[in-house]
Amino acid sequence: MEDRADHHPHQELPSDPALRVMALESLLVEKGLVDPAALDALIDTYEHKIGPRNGARVVARAWVDPEYKKRLLADPTVAIAELGYEGGQGAHMVVVENTPDRHNLVVCTLCSCYPWPVLGLPPVWYKSSPYRSRAVIDPRGVLREFGLEIGEDVEIRIWDSTAEMRYLVLPERPAGTEGMSEEELAALVTRDAMIGTAKVKPPGGPA
Amino acid sequence: MNGVHDMGGMHGMGPIAPEPNEPVFHERWEARVYALNRAVGFVGKWNIDAGRHSRERIPPADYLRMSYYEKWLAGLIMLLQESGLATEAELESGRPAPGSAKATPALTTERVAAVVAARGSFDRPVNTPPRFAVGQPVRTKKINPTGHTRLPRYARGRIGIVDRVHGAHVFPDSNAHFRGEDPQHLYSVRFSARELWGEEAAPRDSVYIDLWESYLYPA
Repeated sequence: MEDRADHHPHQELPSDPALRVMALESLLVEKGLVDPAALDALIDTYEHKIGPRNGARVVARAWVDPEYKKRLLADPTVAIAELGYEGGQGAHMVVVENTPDRHNLVVCTLCSCYPWPVLGLPPVWYKSSPYRSRAVIDPRGVLREFGLEIGEDVEIRIWDSTAEMRYLVLPERPAGTEGMSEEELAALVTRDAMIGTAKVKPPGGPA
Repeated sequence: MNGVHDMGGMHGMGPIAPEPNEPVFHERWEARVYALNRAVGFVGKWNIDAGRHSRERIPPADYLRMSYYEKWLAGLIMLLQESGLATEAELESGRPAPGSAKATPALTTERVAAVVAARGSFDRPVNTPPRFAVGQPVRTKKINPTGHTRLPRYARGRIGIVDRVHGAHVFPDSNAHFRGEDPQHLYSVRFSARELWGEEAAPRDSVYIDLWESYLYPA
C-alpha cells in the first residue's frame, strides 16, 4: 500500500484540515506560543463585535450630518474613529462616494485586503478567485451577477487595494428615507453596499 | 513574483456565487486558523508582507484548489518553520522537541481588545518630498521580480494619472523579505479601463491602484 507520507513528508499531520489545525494548535499551546483563551477572545471579537453594522453606522451618520460627511471624506480614518471604530486593517481609510453618475467598487486582486474595523472579516466571495480576477476587467458583468445593472452613462471606479489603504464605499441615500432616524437608516445599509456590489434599497421596496 | 495570486484580469475562474446570510466562519477550524495566525503573528517573528508572501508561495495548483483558510494554514506552517518558531519534526509529530524551551504566549486574553483596536500604521516619516504630484501622468515600470511585489501584472508598463498622494508607507517588496521597511511615497494612480484592457472597455471606467514611488516613472 502506498503511503502518501513517503512522498510528502510535510503532510504527515492528518489531511483533514480540522484535524491538522487541532494538532497544530496543540503543538503551539504546548510550546507556549499561543494561549487558547486568547484565540477564543479573538474569534468572539470578529464573530460578534466587529462587523458591517459598524460601517453602516458610519454611512448613516454621513447621511444625516453634512459636517460629519465632509470630515469623513476629507479625513476618513479620524472621522471613523470618532464613532469608536479603529484598529488593524483600518489604519489608513479612504471613503469613496457613490453619486448618480459614479459607482465605486472595491477589490483586492492580490489577496484579500478589506477594512476590518468597519466591515469585519470579508465574505468568501470577496476573497475568491472569480471576484478577484474579474472585478477589474469586467466590473459590469460582476455587478450584474449581484443583480445590479449599471448604466453605460455611469462611470465605474474600481479600487484595487494593493497597499495598506482600505476602502469604504459611501452609498447613495435612497429616496423615500427623508423622515428616517439615523438608526433606521443604518439598518438599511448592507455590507455589499459598502463594498460596491449593491445599492442601498429604500425601505419596503422590492427585495 | 508572477504567481497565480496575481489574478486581476484573468478569465475562466467562474461565477461569483455570493452566499446569503454567510457566517463569519463556516467551520470551527477556520476560526482557529484565523486566530492562530493573529496570535502567532503577534510574537513578532514576521510582518504582514511576509505573511502575504507565504501564501503567494503556495504552489499554483494548490493555491487555486485550497479554500481561503487552508491557504492561511499552509502559510502559517511555512512561516513557523522558516522563522524557527517550530521545526519540521515538531510540525510532523505535533509534539515539541524533547528538551525545547517553553515560551510565554505573547498574546494573552487581557491584551486581545487592545491588539484588535491597535491601528498598526504603515506610514513612516521620510526626508524626501514626493516625486510626483496630483494630476501628473506616470508610467508603471515593467518589472518581473521573483520576490514579493504589489505592482499587479495587469498594471505594468501602463500610463495613469496620480489621483492622491498618500504619504510615505512601508515598502512591501523589501519588508516581505526582512530587508527593512524602506518607506517610500505611496500614490493612488488612476488608470483608464481602456489603457489597461483595450478599446472594448467602457470609455469612462477606471481602476485606481495604490503604487509606491519606485514602481513609477514620469510619463
